[in-house]
Amino acid sequence: MIKVENLHKSFGDLDVLKGISTEFEKGKTNLIIGQSGSGKTVFLKCLLGLINPDKGDVYFNGKTYNDFTVEQRRNLRKQMGMVFQGGALFDSMTVEQNVTFPLKMFTKMSRSEMKNRVAEVLDRVNLVDTNDKFPSEISGGMQKRVSIARAIVNKPKFLFCDEPNSGLDPRTATVIDNLIQEITHENQITTVINTHDMNSVFEIGEKIIYLEGGKKAWEGDKDIIYKTDNEKIADFVYSSNLFQKVRVAQREGL
Amino acid sequence: MLSSYIKSIGQYFIMIFDMFKRMTKLSEMRRLIMQEIDDLIVNSMGIVIFISFFIGAVITIQTALNLSNPFIPKSLIGYAARQSIILEFAPTFISVIMAGKVGSFITSSIGTMRVTEQIDALEVMGINSLNYLVLPKVIALMVYPFVIAISMFIGIIGAYLAATYGGYLSGEQFLEGLQDEFVPFHVAYAFIKSFIFAFLLATIPSFHGYYMKGGALEVGQASTTSFVWTSVVIIFSNYFITQLLLS
Repeated sequence: MIKVENLHKSFGDLDVLKGISTEFEKGKTNLIIGQSGSGKTVFLKCLLGLINPDKGDVYFNGKTYNDFTVEQRRNLRKQMGMVFQGGALFDSMTVEQNVTFPLKMFTKMSRSEMKNRVAEVLDRVNLVDTNDKFPSEISGGMQKRVSIARAIVNKPKFLFCDEPNSGLDPRTATVIDNLIQEITHENQITTVINTHDMNSVFEIGEKIIYLEGGKKAWEGDKDIIYKTDNEKIADFVYSSNLFQKVRVAQREGL
Repeated sequence: MLSSYIKSIGQYFIMIFDMFKRMTKLSEMRRLIMQEIDDLIVNSMGIVIFISFFIGAVITIQTALNLSNPFIPKSLIGYAARQSIILEFAPTFISVIMAGKVGSFITSSIGTMRVTEQIDALEVMGINSLNYLVLPKVIALMVYPFVIAISMFIGIIGAYLAATYGGYLSGEQFLEGLQDEFVPFHVAYAFIKSFIFAFLLATIPSFHGYYMKGGALEVGQASTTSFVWTSVVIIFSNYFITQLLLS
């Protein structure tokens, strides 16, 4: 579980995060949504420890970064997996080498054990016959799958995803969403996803946090987001004609 | 303006200090070093050999054409070629060329990793990205004096061939000049310079790539800036090293 308490972050005169507090539960897909510039990425980077907050704390299973020694912080990072917006795969490595990388760096597995684990994970994300291909030789959807495979290969306890389905067609985006949710449930991972995608909200939003102007403006899940009277979240979620029709239909019980 | 330069210099030294923290697994570091030797040293040999050969030849022709006084022995051409190549051309001129070739490669490859979040990916995994990306380059470039030795050798071969086939002086005269008043410390001086230039060649472009912000356009700008600064610092330190070791 991840607990966030009163998180503040400023860059110069610009206050990006203004006291966000929340909890992300284990075994659930937790979504952070909000308009561009609402502070989602900075918030995610604070959770990852890539940016130090000015005020407030992030607790991982009850302990904050400040409680950890350098070695404990390093161990905590080994328990984290991250799926970046663009995949962030290492260009100079093949798909197999990319996925093997965390195992090579942090485990004492033999070559055959690594090979088996990588095959297992690539099979889990439905990637076949791509082991020897370089990231530039595979599609965007495949790159995202490789990125997910790399993030989960070392069996993380915390999985972070920054807009995992941006730039993907709706069908592939849904596949990626469902894959992340399945992996979260199977391995009881605490998953935090930063997204703009409303399909993801309705598909896998087991917990949703809406950020506006660096503050938490709404918190709930996909089942209550239909019924919300909060105008800010309604304006954001139902900004497209399609979702407006869905909302009307929901309210009329169709 | 001045404060931003001072800030950058401070950041550069912090980068060098941080490069030695949280060391990467030894087996992986060994693989990275071999990869960097291939990318930075082996892949540069072609251009180094090409430039060294022809510059050596041109130095000889220029010296020969400017020595019209019959009282000056022809062997001086060989002597002048040797001194120019060993003292300045091989260590300094080749290093400036390498600032363009190797420096741009380092800045653009690290800069692209920054833009595509590959550096963030390393950090999230708990890897010291500076140690993983920069230290192997610094270690790989410690064999750079070997490149300079080859440059000296090829330069002198070029000078010899231009002198003899151009009809400026005989082979014996050239070899006599080549061996005349040879000071072994001059070679040591060239190698000491090369070590220092190698460190600059690895760290200044890495600094510009690692701390760059923006997208593809900024990667290109960072490569250009890194070439300019690496060349300036090489030329500047060349002056101090020469003053320190030879004066």
